[in-house]
Amino acid sequence: MGGSAWWTYRPEDLLMFSPRVYARLFELHNQALWPAQLLGLALGGVALAVLLRPGPRGTRLIVALLAVAWAFVGWAFLWQRYAPIHWGIAYVAPLFGLQALLLAGLSTLRAGLHLPRRWSVRRGIGIGLFAYALVLHPLVAPATGRGLAGAEILGLTPDPLAIATLGVTAMAEPARRAWALLALPALWCLQSGFTLYILGEPGAWLPLLAVITALVARCWPAPAAQR
Amino acid sequence: MALPLPPRLLLSRRRLLRGLLAAAAASALPGALARSAEPLTRTLPGTGVALPRVGLGSWITFNVGDDPLLLEACTAVMAAFFAAGGRLIDSSPMYGTSQATIGHALKQLQAVERVYAADKVWTSSRDAGPEQIEASRQAWGVPRFDLLQVHNLRGWEGHLETLQAMKATGEVHHLGITTSHGRRHDEVEHILRRVSLDSVQLTYNIVDREAERRLLPLARERGIGLIANRPFQRKRLIRRLAGKPLPPWAAEIGAETWAQFILKFIISHPAITCAIPATTQVEHVRENLAAAREPLPDEALRRRMADHVRGL
Repeated sequence: MGGSAWWTYRPEDLLMFSPRVYARLFELHNQALWPAQLLGLALGGVALAVLLRPGPRGTRLIVALLAVAWAFVGWAFLWQRYAPIHWGIAYVAPLFGLQALLLAGLSTLRAGLHLPRRWSVRRGIGIGLFAYALVLHPLVAPATGRGLAGAEILGLTPDPLAIATLGVTAMAEPARRAWALLALPALWCLQSGFTLYILGEPGAWLPLLAVITALVARCWPAPAAQR
Repeated sequence: MALPLPPRLLLSRRRLLRGLLAAAAASALPGALARSAEPLTRTLPGTGVALPRVGLGSWITFNVGDDPLLLEACTAVMAAFFAAGGRLIDSSPMYGTSQATIGHALKQLQAVERVYAADKVWTSSRDAGPEQIEASRQAWGVPRFDLLQVHNLRGWEGHLETLQAMKATGEVHHLGITTSHGRRHDEVEHILRRVSLDSVQLTYNIVDREAERRLLPLARERGIGLIANRPFQRKRLIRRLAGKPLPPWAAEIGAETWAQFILKFIISHPAITCAIPATTQVEHVRENLAAAREPLPDEALRRRMADHVRGL
């Protein structure tokens, strides 16, 4: 659309590919990586278990796993698969690398991030978002007619990864670091929801809801003991 | 899981595919019917090149990445397009992998000689233009483009100088500019008055008729061909009309579907060289090409057609 007043286009005019091509992205990605889905689910399960009983080492493990996942998804999905059909994604993929570097950097610090052990609204929402990304989000594709072959698995595809990261950052401390790590997953979810909306996908609201939920949790007053 | 095939078997598979596509194409236009079903053509003004009045766009529809299943589906669409007498295919470096998809299909169908290859240059940098054009040419796998256009007027002054130099040396046959969505028509008019072009591409259909006021008459007067993009408003127009019956008098112009009704309206304008609908469906490409046949509406009927659609 270069050279034109891009803001005068309808949202669907900015779309570059059809719903069929978008669905096939995930099918081909899953085909190419099988059985890595099992590894993604297993590591996600380990991370969820650690989130339920977090300690310094466990927290660093989760942050390190997220770092690897952001790097992998940025390269294997965004750069290799998505960018060829959407030139805008070539500019987004390096940001996934940046997020991976931020997470990797924090994972090397002893007190890089702290995850709460006591139950609170914030913790409940954070763990809920992570559990959704791991268990329920893969079922969205079959539930909306795209089939199990197009399931979006945590650690392999961007939406569940962004939602899981929102969950972790929604409850993590210190707040400044958590906000810094929350920004890119939130932006990704917004663009993903927008893309799904103009594709006419019924699950378009899910990434948007995840962002709102994470922001609510993040802004929720911290329990008195942790102030 | 697919097993790697030895080269000989791969070759056989390719041959088999070509045979299947040829058979599919032949079934579309059997024997004697094929001759009478040739689409109407219009000469690109000042060039002597007669183009079928319905071409093939590739925005969105051919952006399928390296998905083998969808690549073959696009190849089948192009096979049907050529079998129905089509020639002009339009693409752009902006359209993701569409150029590579066209290149894949041209190779599979051995149709490089058949196609009228229309592409675009789409960069704000004049210096980057030649490199981008060469990358596009390699993606298509053609020796040269028939028509190169400056996409959405982006950097048009510098690129038109490049294209004029290429035309002088025979590296491209024809040159033009494009716009879409009815935008920047003042600037298009300015260019049409100042610069020698072979073609201009813009949005024109039965509801987007802004170009009728100045640009279509001006292009005709200046001897410049006109390619109509977004004939169906990217399906929106077809969806709007779906479920509504065609008027009985649509039979007078041989329109059996809304798509044909709309295409016949577009290509019957005396200034329009061709329309370029995009599709992923073999049946639709046949339906579209079938619109480029007599009878076409006269001016009075065109007005009636536009009034009818406006009233729905």
